[in-house]
Amino acid sequence: MTNFPVEKIRADFPILAEKIRNKPLVYLDNAATCQKPQAVIDSIVHLYSHDYANVHRGVHTLSVRSTDQFESARTKVKDFINAASDKEIIFVKGATEAINLVAQTYGKANIKAGDEILISAMEHHSNIVPWQILCGQTGAILKVAPIDLRGELIYDDFEQLVSDKTKLVSIVHMSNALGSINPVKQIIAAAHAKNIPVLLDGAQAIPHMTVDVQDLDCDFYAFSGHKLYGPSGVGVLYGKQTLLEAMPPYQGGGDMIRKVTFEETEYNTLPYKFEAGTPNIADVIGLGAAIDYLNGIGMDHIAAYEAGLLAYATEQALQIKGLRIIGEATYKGAILSFVLDKIHPHDIGTMLDSLGIAVRAGHHCAMPVMDFFQVPATARASFAMYNTQAEIDVLMKGIESLIEVFG
Amino acid sequence: MFDDLRDLYQEVIFDHNRNPRNFRVMENADRQVEGFNPLCGDRLTLFLKMDGSVISDASFQGSGCAISTASVSLMTEIVKGKTEQEAEDLFEKFHEMATGKDEEVNLEAIGKLAVLAGVRDYPARVKCATLAWHTLDAALKNQAESVSTE
Repeated sequence: MTNFPVEKIRADFPILAEKIRNKPLVYLDNAATCQKPQAVIDSIVHLYSHDYANVHRGVHTLSVRSTDQFESARTKVKDFINAASDKEIIFVKGATEAINLVAQTYGKANIKAGDEILISAMEHHSNIVPWQILCGQTGAILKVAPIDLRGELIYDDFEQLVSDKTKLVSIVHMSNALGSINPVKQIIAAAHAKNIPVLLDGAQAIPHMTVDVQDLDCDFYAFSGHKLYGPSGVGVLYGKQTLLEAMPPYQGGGDMIRKVTFEETEYNTLPYKFEAGTPNIADVIGLGAAIDYLNGIGMDHIAAYEAGLLAYATEQALQIKGLRIIGEATYKGAILSFVLDKIHPHDIGTMLDSLGIAVRAGHHCAMPVMDFFQVPATARASFAMYNTQAEIDVLMKGIESLIEVFG
Repeated sequence: MFDDLRDLYQEVIFDHNRNPRNFRVMENADRQVEGFNPLCGDRLTLFLKMDGSVISDASFQGSGCAISTASVSLMTEIVKGKTEQEAEDLFEKFHEMATGKDEEVNLEAIGKLAVLAGVRDYPARVKCATLAWHTLDAALKNQAESVSTE
């Protein structure tokens, strides 16, 4: 933890110098979205200033420059998650669209009435609602594997729910509301033993750990760029090539076709089959810049540093009387969700904001998780590689002060 | 430490949050309506006893943030003895105050509800203060059994 260059990293993020209500910003809402390093901001400004045109279309110089940078970002993503081929990297709006894409293509083609889709009780709404929509369209049934009071998946119950009727397992890699990291390799092995494909919602996991899709052997992996220090409006669906090739297209339009007549259309090859229309060129390139930046630090180093932050924050939080941590899984990412006796999370959020501290207060798009823990909402401090122990001290002091004020 | 927040969290609000008034189930209520703010999960049940067009008693149950708890607590105090029309007028004035439409807080019209005027500088918290009144409005208009701020 001592060797991690956190001050150097902080200097790369211009927004961290902002003052909020005349106090230094303590940004602890990283699970909602991360701030951007100068390298990402510069890459977008540079593109629009010097190299921008549409991709995959023109023979002119700018179109070639944009296309080269766009496709180079795809290769960076492929290497970052160790996919086997660029063809397996589909650019979408975010993790939400990635999951909807799988539901409406793979799901519609392969899931019928009476079939089952298996998720867990700790899913974000984005890994619940697309499947409910699909179930409504097909007559399939959504099954939910339970969690325990520590916020861990009850693995034995999960395994029992994997049946001959299960046609897809879609599960979160790391929970946004609890921080729990699921035993995804074990889950994938159990599903594959029955030839069931597995989608991992990696929106929270991707900025906190090394993700190797071949080692995991997941069939689909979905994540958003904005949680990986990249721009908002871009995300990635990874899919195994054989699955993607067999899937029908998602949207029709330009770029996703090889040949169009009014009688029929021949679809383009992967990955373009799933990328209809002009893509989010600048933000894809910005995501590539974010990955370059992260590679310069190393995901394993980031994971180790953040584990230290979480351990420190947890230890400090447990000393505060009346504070209850929601989510105490053994394997956990850098998220501290908590409630205070008789103080509503929204009051916590407003009070901490007045001290310059940004935390999330609410249901975190995971209402079933709130119901399970019988709380209307929680306050959530979520950490990133640029946070420090000193910031955690500011947070804890703030919590103690507001408890005092509320009496 | 929280000097910036003194306008939002006045002592009266802390007081009502700690000791909400009329916080009870009303067995023989004439009107009973649920209010819900799906954004934050605040939930309350409002009970009214009517004597003709006069609100003879008001009480509530539920859980919410300090702003929403104080707002409903203050409201149940202030509407007791008021006619439906007087309560509706008060709702309108309160709404104008909370959303900042009326720049001057009309103390005469609004009375001690003025302690909630601070929410107008916190757009994310306006609904916390108005949930109670939207619920009352639904109860007076005899609308469905549940009302939402969304």
